[in-house]
Amino acid sequence: MENLYIHIFLLFLVVITSVFAVSHFRIIRGAILLGGVSFFVSIILFMLKAPMAAMFELSVCAGLITVIFISVISITNPPYIDQRKQNRISMWKKIVALLSIILVCGVCIYIIDEKNIAFIPVMKNASAAAMTTKDSIWNMRHVDLIGQALILLTGIFAVVVLFKKGKDEK
Amino acid sequence: MNAESLILFKLYIMVTPLLFIIGLFSIMTTRNIVAIIIGIEIMTKGVTLLFATSGYFSSKPEITQNFIIVMIIVEVVILTIAAGLIINIAKKYDSLSTKNIRNLKG
Amino acid sequence: MFLLLVLIPLILVLLLNINLYKAGQKTAVFAAGLFSLFQMFFVFSPKFLSTSFADMLSLKFECDGISWIMLFTISIISFASICVLYASETLSSRKKFNFANLILLSMAGMNGLVFVRDIFSIYVFIEIIAATSYVLIALDKTKKSLEASFKYLVLSSVATVMMLSAIAVLFMAAGSTEFVKVAEMYKQYGTNPLIIAATIFFIAGLFIKGGVMPFHGWLPDAYGAAPNPTSVFLAGIVTKTTGIYTLIRLYAIFDFSYSVQMVFLVFGALSVIVGAFGAINQNNFKRMLAYSSISQVGYIVLAFGSGTIMGVFAGMLHLFNHSVFKALLFVNASAIDSELKTNEIDKMAGLSSQMPVTSTTSIIAFLSTAGIPPLAGFWSKLLIIIALWFSGNREFAVVAILASVLTITYFLIMQKKVFFGKLKEKFYTIKEAPFAIRFASLFLCAITVLTGLFFPLILNFMGFLFSF
Repeated sequence: MENLYIHIFLLFLVVITSVFAVSHFRIIRGAILLGGVSFFVSIILFMLKAPMAAMFELSVCAGLITVIFISVISITNPPYIDQRKQNRISMWKKIVALLSIILVCGVCIYIIDEKNIAFIPVMKNASAAAMTTKDSIWNMRHVDLIGQALILLTGIFAVVVLFKKGKDEK
Repeated sequence: MNAESLILFKLYIMVTPLLFIIGLFSIMTTRNIVAIIIGIEIMTKGVTLLFATSGYFSSKPEITQNFIIVMIIVEVVILTIAAGLIINIAKKYDSLSTKNIRNLKG
Repeated sequence: MFLLLVLIPLILVLLLNINLYKAGQKTAVFAAGLFSLFQMFFVFSPKFLSTSFADMLSLKFECDGISWIMLFTISIISFASICVLYASETLSSRKKFNFANLILLSMAGMNGLVFVRDIFSIYVFIEIIAATSYVLIALDKTKKSLEASFKYLVLSSVATVMMLSAIAVLFMAAGSTEFVKVAEMYKQYGTNPLIIAATIFFIAGLFIKGGVMPFHGWLPDAYGAAPNPTSVFLAGIVTKTTGIYTLIRLYAIFDFSYSVQMVFLVFGALSVIVGAFGAINQNNFKRMLAYSSISQVGYIVLAFGSGTIMGVFAGMLHLFNHSVFKALLFVNASAIDSELKTNEIDKMAGLSSQMPVTSTTSIIAFLSTAGIPPLAGFWSKLLIIIALWFSGNREFAVVAILASVLTITYFLIMQKKVFFGKLKEKFYTIKEAPFAIRFASLFLCAITVLTGLFFPLILNFMGFLFSF
């Protein structure tokens, strides 16, 4: 049961941090809290037996993405605090969001009462002798490697197109 | 699957839609376009958790690790494109508020 | 062998960018154009034609009838888009170079998408196509195109997250992401509430990407505000591939179940009606074409909803026809835009005397959309209505016929306003569109007319290909 309490605590941290990240008042705090969310998610990934994904998530999301956000926020001048006060969201949308959260929580509590174990779809005959190391996995999925090469090239082109000042710009 | 892992599974299945709702709330109700991208990122974290859950509970965590890594790489590229768009929008419109970026109807 | 169509654009892009020799924009545009022509003729080689429709769920990288139609359509539309790019005058040389490279990457992504038989790889290639689309829409960095690209990015990312969550749940239940294994899992767990929720999420995500009601909000902005070659490319093939082609693959996995059929029928009918009504009082030419796209995509989803093999076949045929004539209409819109520098319908009148090629091909494209015999649109709409009627969904067939009347209405209004009537004063000196745009529109128009006239032959050919 120790395991369960640690999971509950970490998930609670993730949810609280993400709530603070979106209900920010200054947006730089939102970006830093997003880095915090990534950090906690990475710890959970480590506990769910996915160590390499946890390392990747930690280095990329909690590092690179936070840096990208902060540089974007710094380059574009964020509005001052008085202007931010004018941009308050309307009551209608808050009510709709609150109702949907209550709905989802209600559905979840209903699900929690379900005691039937066959309710969860899991493969019955899990073959344990399938793969042991991660290297043998990539022998199976060549297509994804080509896909990743293509998307990295797209990223390079995006940087070239969007970030360079053209000669015919004002 | 014994009862304890069942409770764990239900916990994860409960938290992931909550993260979706938080992200979606942020996208729908904010006036700042950088906050919209933060909302998208939070939704992606929710899906990452869901992938890890599905790997753990079907006892094949290696394959889902690959999925998560591919997903993170794709997400970084999309975020770079979004960042480029935001910088150009801020230059052209001189503001980061969606009240002012309403040039197109609908 | 099939992998060549994905690897060759990748190698071309890499070669164009190593600065061993100064690859200017003409080299890039020619390389992209030559590759699309190569693909157009390569799909007729015997290796491609030897597979059959019945293998809808085969392993790894294979090509069957549906993939063949998609490959052919991709090559035609890319070629038309590159012709428009070649003749475009508002984009600088550096931007044309980037554009050609991005079109090559996007074609590689789409070619890969129609080959894979694995739901996670579908996600990867859909993201490649989407990422290139975001950059292509925002390429000329005007205010409107940046905003449209940003809206498309947000909605498409939400759709991706929904798709991914469904993929995670399906993977947990099936133990693997290949189509065959997921289909087996559906037979066992088809009525599990969690699996049903995952299916709904997946279909909703694909509806957002394909622009079906009620998630069509981004479509008019993205089509209207994008630069001209991008509009041709986007409207012709990107929405169809990522939305509709993936729907038909998923449909095969879900085993043509009844509730999925009802969803397709209802949302398809809504799309048809809303698109038709939305197009009637639009002032911008491109936005009107975007609403018409929503309507026609609704027809394709209706065809899939009928649940029979004939419905699937009619849907694929209408996809091909719609891609061709919608691309033709967008090519003409870009011709008008490049000569008149405007897209507002109120400012255009009586262009048929000055631009004969554009107006003739537009008339043929409008007639094909409305479903007038003997053009291609008539045959595919007829097949859709027959498929709906004989599978028992008679009320939807009636809806399709009535919406066809609406389509004829708004296109006649459009035709009269733009091309007939009295020519305005300031337009006396405009000339016909540049040669490349004329060539592209004549080429697409020829395909529409030939498909319509020689339809029985094409039916035989498709029958051989699909072996029914």
